[in-house]
Formats: sequence, C-alpha cells, structure tokens
Amino acid sequence: MEKKVFKRTGGLTDIPMRYCPGCGHGIIHRLVAEVIEELGVQKRTIGIAPVGCSVFADEYFNCDMIQPPHGRGPAVATGMKRIRPDCVVFSYQGDGDLASIGMAETVHAAARAENITIIFVNNAIYGMTGGQMAPTTLIGMKSTTSPFGRDVKRAGYPIRMCEFLAALDAPGYLVRVSVHKPANVMKAKKAVKKAFQVQMEGLGFSMVEIISQCPTDWFLTPLQAVEYVEKQMIPYYPLGEYKTPFKKEEGKKEAKDKIEVEFRTDFN
Amino acid sequence: MTERILMKGNEALAEGAVRAGCRFFAGYPITPQNEIPEYMSWRLPEVGGTFIQAESEVAAINMIFGASACGARVMTSSSGPGISLKQEGISYIAGAEIPIFYADIMRGGPGLGNIAPAQGDYFQATRGGGHGDYRVIVFAPNSVIEMGNFPRICYELADKYRMPSMILADGLLGQMMEPIVYDFEPIDPKDFPEKDYLLGCTEGRERRVVRSYDLRPGYLEKNTLKLEKKFKSIEENEVRYDDTNMEGADLVMVAFGTASRVCKSAIPLAKEAGMKVGLLRPITLWPFPMKVLRQIADEVEHILVVEMNIGQMVEDVKLAVEGKSQVHFYGRPSGSVPVTEEIFEQVKMILKK
Ligand code: SF4
Repeated sequence: MEKKVFKRTGGLTDIPMRYCPGCGHGIIHRLVAEVIEELGVQKRTIGIAPVGCSVFADEYFNCDMIQPPHGRGPAVATGMKRIRPDCVVFSYQGDGDLASIGMAETVHAAARAENITIIFVNNAIYGMTGGQMAPTTLIGMKSTTSPFGRDVKRAGYPIRMCEFLAALDAPGYLVRVSVHKPANVMKAKKAVKKAFQVQMEGLGFSMVEIISQCPTDWFLTPLQAVEYVEKQMIPYYPLGEYKTPFKKEEGKKEAKDKIEVEFRTDFN
Repeated sequence: MTERILMKGNEALAEGAVRAGCRFFAGYPITPQNEIPEYMSWRLPEVGGTFIQAESEVAAINMIFGASACGARVMTSSSGPGISLKQEGISYIAGAEIPIFYADIMRGGPGLGNIAPAQGDYFQATRGGGHGDYRVIVFAPNSVIEMGNFPRICYELADKYRMPSMILADGLLGQMMEPIVYDFEPIDPKDFPEKDYLLGCTEGRERRVVRSYDLRPGYLEKNTLKLEKKFKSIEENEVRYDDTNMEGADLVMVAFGTASRVCKSAIPLAKEAGMKVGLLRPITLWPFPMKVLRQIADEVEHILVVEMNIGQMVEDVKLAVEGKSQVHFYGRPSGSVPVTEEIFEQVKMILKK
C-alpha cells in the first residue's frame, strides 16, 4: 500500500494556478487555504481578490470570493464583516494594491480595528503590468519605471507597512514573514493562522506581510530570486511580529522573529 | 403610516431609506448633504444597523459594495465632487450586478464650485458616470414627500434589476422643510426576498464569486450584451413622469427637480395672459421618458427645457423629439435658481406674446 504523504488542500479549487514558475503566490495561496481548512471555517470564509497578478485568487480559493476595485479590499472587507460578523473575511493584496493605490483604505481599516485579515504579498514590484516600480521597491532596485534603479531623489523611499501600521493605537496583529525557504514557509503558515484567529476572537485588524519572490519581473531565475529575498529584501524588511494583541510573557524579551502557535485572548 | 411630519429633504430621504430597510450606510462629509450621514449616525444604530463615517468617498462606495454583496440594503450619499470619486466603485458594482442605492444632492460645479443648488450632474448621473458600458436608474424628486418616498422604489428596482439606483436632487430639495407623509409601512429586512448571489456561508451550496471582470475572449461581450438587454427592459417598463396642463398646450415646458417647481408656478401666469402652457416633469431621468416626449412633439410646436445648468437634459429632449418640435432652452447654472417671472418671460418670447 502506498501512503499518501501530501494532498492538495480542500481550501483550494481544482483550477490549475497560472502563476509563473518560482512565484511566491502559489505557496501563499496554499498556506492560506490550509489554514482556512484547518480552522474549520471554510464554509463561512469570504475572500477578497486584488487587482494584480493574484486577481485570479477568486478562482483558486475554495470559498465565496469578491473582486473589488484596485486597493479597495479593506473597505469592501469592512462592509462585509460588519454585515456578516459570523464570517471570516480576508483580503489578499499585493504591494501596489495595498501600499500605493489602497493606502488610505489600509490605514483606516487598521485604525478602526476592523476585524478583518489582510494577506499582504510584498514582492516589491507590479507583476501583472510588467514590472513597474512599487511603493516597496528597494532603493537601487531596477524596474521598468526605474530602469537605472530606484533613485531616492526622484522616487523617494520604500514603505515598510508593518512598522507604519504599528504606530497606530488600534489593537491588532501585524507580522512580517517570508516564503523563500521551507523553514520560513512553516513560520509564515503559523503567522497566517494566528492572524485568522485574531479575527475570529474579535481582537482587531490583522495583517500578515509576506515577502515574496517575483522571478519574472525581477529578471532572475527562481533560485536567484530566493537569494534576492534573503540578501536584499529581508535586510530592508525585517521579519517578525510588529504588533500583537497577546501579552508579553513576564520577564521574557519578545524575540522579533519568534512566532508562537498557541493562542491567547488576553491582550494589552 | 399616515402621520404628517415636518422634515428637511435630506432627513426625509435618510428616514425613507431606513424605513425601506436600509441597514448599512457609509459616507463622507460634504455640503449640502451632511444631514443624511448625520441622521444615519444615530438612526441606524436604533434599528440595529451600521453607520460608518468612511475615510473617503472611495472607501464609502466600496464599503456598501461589500455590505450589499452580503445581503444588506445599503446606502451612501454625497454631492457632485464626492459622487465623481465614487464612480470607480459604481462601475465595478454595476459590472458585478450588485444592488446599491445612493443619493447625489447637487451643488454648483465644476470643480469645488459652490454649495448652492444646481443640476449640473445630469450627464454624470444619466450616462452611467464611470468607465464602461452601464446605466444607473435615476430618480429626480421635486418635493420633500418624494425625497422620503422614492428610496423605497429605488431599493425595489435596484434589487429587481441587480444594479445601482440613485436619487438626483439639488441642494434646495435637500435643505428645505416640508410636511411629509410616508406612503409605505416600514419594511423589515427579514422580509426581503431571498437572493441567490449573496456571499456568506457556503453550507449546502456551491461557492459564489462576485466580480466585474472576465478575461476570456468574447465572454465580457456576452455579459455586457446581457446588461444591455436588462437596460432595454428598464427603458420599456420603468419610465416615470408627471404632466400638468397638457391638454391643447401651445408650449410644453420640460424640467425636473427644483426647476420643475418653478416652471409649474409659471403656468397660472401664462394662463392669465391667454397662453396654453403645459409641463412635463421626468421623474426618472434614466430611463428617460422618450416615448411621451415623442408623442408631445407630434402635437406641440414649442418645447422649452428649463434646467439649472447650461443644457444637459435638453440633449435627451432633442433626441426624443427628433426635430419635430422646436426645442428651446433656458438655463441658470452653478448655483442660481430661476424665478417664476424669468420662465414666464421665456414663454412669452417663444410664443411672441
Ligand atoms: S509576474 Fe511575478 S508575481 Fe506575477 S505571477 Fe509572475 S512571478 Fe508571480
């Protein structure tokens, strides 16, 4: 008898994904879908697909989905969650969607402590439109609209969303993870699960920023892209939890990149 | 519900929406519609509804998109500058065929303009307003009674045809006080008909997707032609208008909203001066009363269109009459309201009396 060691999660549909080889979206979709399945909320989860490469998320996630205008996910999520507090609502967004055209919606949903979860895929580039500069494009990084590398004099500085949102008083959960190595994928999954749990407990806005690789528009091989995440992206975008609704354990310093699995409801 | 209440137009509109089952409102402050979100901010919690002061007009329209996709009767409101910002969302909502209701309490434009009553948003309202091929059902009340009672009709049509519907009123209608009687009993959201496209729990059914895009070649065209069919049926079945003194008229005035009230007040003056003057008031601006205007054009030589703009609805009137009558226009744009005597002068000039 053969033993099944891996099966496709029921949180995804059977439609084959059309992401490029080496793209982070496929992994991230699977993580989110597995978490939805494991938490047993698949039948009451509503997902929001962004505008960008992952617009097709509305075909891939095996739950109710909506596809709103570019960047408006958090506003649509707000309307849905207020009407259906019994449902789990998540908005899947890229960096252009979330940190550029949808910045206002993101910041204000966080400030209102809306009980929604944002999966923020930061690959520092506009993928679908062919590799233009994103709000998170690194200094010196080349894109089709910064062909000589991002020059801060002309194009300003990349935005660190977790740090930015952590400045708000509103309670919630903010964490940055990556999916460039198996160990990081495991951590990322824990973070996604925790974010959904924060929502389910009504503890406020939760966002998982996932540093992802876009080999196609970085003009790198999948392997080089993984290296780029490790050597360039993570130093600028440090991984770890930036806000948590859970109390720090007495006497222990909270390590930035330590993600706890267990779930507590007492928050400071 | 036969109780007579003295109310401001904007408040009558908000109360009318709540009575019609509205349980979710998101909006942003802008004059001259502020009484609507202010009213909703205390009234909706009373009936277990949700009021959100959104961070922007853009967020507000998207909040009601989400709330309606989950089954609530929803509303947003603004004035011209804010409605412009909402157009992106309205276009997506029209494409996704989700019912919503909103109100534009018009002020003087273009740009920031002023806060005086105007009718310069006619084109924006009746042409869809945002990008792509779509329409919005547009109701133009001319009294506080209609401000209060039209939301129910707007909700019913939005639900029936799965599309946006709106009230287009000017600041005067929003701000003035008149007695109102609601002509319907408050509607309990529990009594709404079941909708088979709402998002929520997938228990016992297939998953659903609400979206406005289709990248497969030919598919979007099919969908847009389906929308066209729906729009044609609305043009056929949902036209509403009001006419006064049409019998044997030598001249028919065409006006909506506040301008129609001023026109009506000119009819007795004309009568005294021996002129037969009628008034056609489109109540729905889209669908526009094309057919009745065509009939009028068969019998009446002169049509005078009066608007508080530089001539917008007059284009629809000309399309309807197809050159069979002489179409005259009198407009006071950007915050000026015509008075009875001005209209009477125009009538005299046209009829050469
Ligand atoms: S362009 Fe980049 S983000 Fe888009 S699918 Fe390809 S690799 Fe992924």
